[in-house]
Amino acid sequence: MNWALVFEQLLNGLQYGVTLFLMAAGLTLVFGIMNLVNLAHGSLYMVGAYLAVAATQWTGSYLAGLALGLVGTLLVGMAVEVIALRTLYERDHLDQVLATFGLILFFNELVAMIWGRAALFASGPAWLSGHIELFTGSRYPLYRLVIILIGFLTALILWYVVARTRLGMLIRAGASNRTMVAALGTNIRLLYTVVFGFGAALAGLAGILAGPIYNVQPGMGELILIQVFVVIVIGGIGSIRGALVGAIIVGVVDTLGRAFLKPLLGTLISLPAAESAGPALASMLIYLLMAVVLAVKPAGIFGSRN
Amino acid sequence: MKKKIAFWAVLVAALILLPPLVLAVKQPYYVDLVRRIMILAIAAISLDLILGYGGLVSFGHAAYLGVGAYAVGILAFYGVASGWAHFAVAIGASALVALAIGAVSIRTSGIYFIMITLAFTQMLYYLGISLAEFGGDDGMRIKTRSRFPLVDLGDPVTAYYVAFVLMLLSAFIVSRIVNSRFGMALRACKSNDARARALGFSPYPVRLIAFVIAGGLCGLSGALYANHTNYITPSLMSWLQSGELMFMVILGGMGTTAGPVLGAFALLLAEEVLKGFTEYWQVILGPLLVLSVIFFRHGLAGIFSRHE
Repeated sequence: MNWALVFEQLLNGLQYGVTLFLMAAGLTLVFGIMNLVNLAHGSLYMVGAYLAVAATQWTGSYLAGLALGLVGTLLVGMAVEVIALRTLYERDHLDQVLATFGLILFFNELVAMIWGRAALFASGPAWLSGHIELFTGSRYPLYRLVIILIGFLTALILWYVVARTRLGMLIRAGASNRTMVAALGTNIRLLYTVVFGFGAALAGLAGILAGPIYNVQPGMGELILIQVFVVIVIGGIGSIRGALVGAIIVGVVDTLGRAFLKPLLGTLISLPAAESAGPALASMLIYLLMAVVLAVKPAGIFGSRN
Repeated sequence: MKKKIAFWAVLVAALILLPPLVLAVKQPYYVDLVRRIMILAIAAISLDLILGYGGLVSFGHAAYLGVGAYAVGILAFYGVASGWAHFAVAIGASALVALAIGAVSIRTSGIYFIMITLAFTQMLYYLGISLAEFGGDDGMRIKTRSRFPLVDLGDPVTAYYVAFVLMLLSAFIVSRIVNSRFGMALRACKSNDARARALGFSPYPVRLIAFVIAGGLCGLSGALYANHTNYITPSLMSWLQSGELMFMVILGGMGTTAGPVLGAFALLLAEEVLKGFTEYWQVILGPLLVLSVIFFRHGLAGIFSRHE
């Protein structure tokens, strides 16, 4: 086996993993703090990607597009929270799932109305379009490396904000006892809106970064959302550390499975059989992984039982 | 009680009279539409057993719809035309899949359960896409419809009455299950897990059995659906389909006999009206669904009964 190729796919897996993490962090934060299941998180990913493409075309600058896309997703997220989701915090998970399902239909169709149903072409910045040589014989796209860096940097910032700042302290306090925090004079509704907005911006960031690699099209959020669910279930709901570990496991397993399962099976069983079984098994791999994790730890790797 | 009997009498009479009436005014399309609604109502009825009475929020019920439909499609592909075989395998296979998914999922609860049932269904969806022999992403035409003696499912009106009878039968069976000793245990597990344990029975097998029954019944709906469209596609197992089934149950009213049927009619007729109105009908349907969740909490069946 070609080790340079394995290393390259490992990096691809890592890049996909940090994209998943950006999504999972927002989702798990919102769930851990507001006890809200937000299926429309994938829609925010899509909104981020579309806004960035539109803003990049409008301003002609990638960085301006990125900034406008982030701010736009933040605002859209806060608007969604204030208009639709705020009333759902006290409801059971079933109501939350259904209402946010309705939001998905709305956002997908709205995007299709504005930008059409066909996939849009999103390009990364020209100054990140090259490759760099990691070691002899292995050239890796610079853009993907930068995504990995941004992902880990975001994880670090997130840890710092939640664990070391006053805002993070309020967030943690609000998660454990909402009424008490409100009684001590914090505007908890505003705090929730801000947290939701930042979760949305993280999803938007994931969408913006993923835009040049995957397709920008209506419904793009749902494909990744379900994998993000797998990430959160594996890592443990409500835990940011779990989201990071789960995201990297899922990203690497999924990418390596798609790349190497078919040739690997080909050495074990007949080639035509591997030809059809390989892709099928590769697409099921992370779900099987999830089933195994749950069989051993029903609350995920870093989850607590309550 | 009187209201309920009146409701069912009106519904049954209307559905029996519909085909001759719409055929008299040369609108055969409505026979197909209502047949499709009744077939999906069976799936909604099966979901209500676990969602409404069992409190298991399964976000992956479309899986069994797909397994039932693929069972018919694959058997027909290999030259098996017997309807009995089609339906037996469809129900058996979806019950088995439900057993496998349920055995893992029911160990968890709450939000985990929602996400896991969704993820497993997604897994089956991708399996359907990667099955190139059976059409892959594009789906597959079914070679022969299920053949029964005397009953021709290819005839639209015959198939309509078959779906109609099976829908009533499903509603009846589920209401019998719910009011049996087993159903009482199932409802007890929903309302108070700890107390159910204290009474001396373990919730896990009760829930799992209900999950398997619901899967099998939904497989029946899938087999009918395959015969209805004469075509199978992985999108039958998509999570949008699962969400739609959940909405039927909620719109109609969870934990009621009439609810899933009413919900199926309400949701699919609303879709039909909106589709005639604009190409971007989901942009209207989405917010309507959000509003219905926020403001319309007891469903349509809540209008007929006053249990709450």
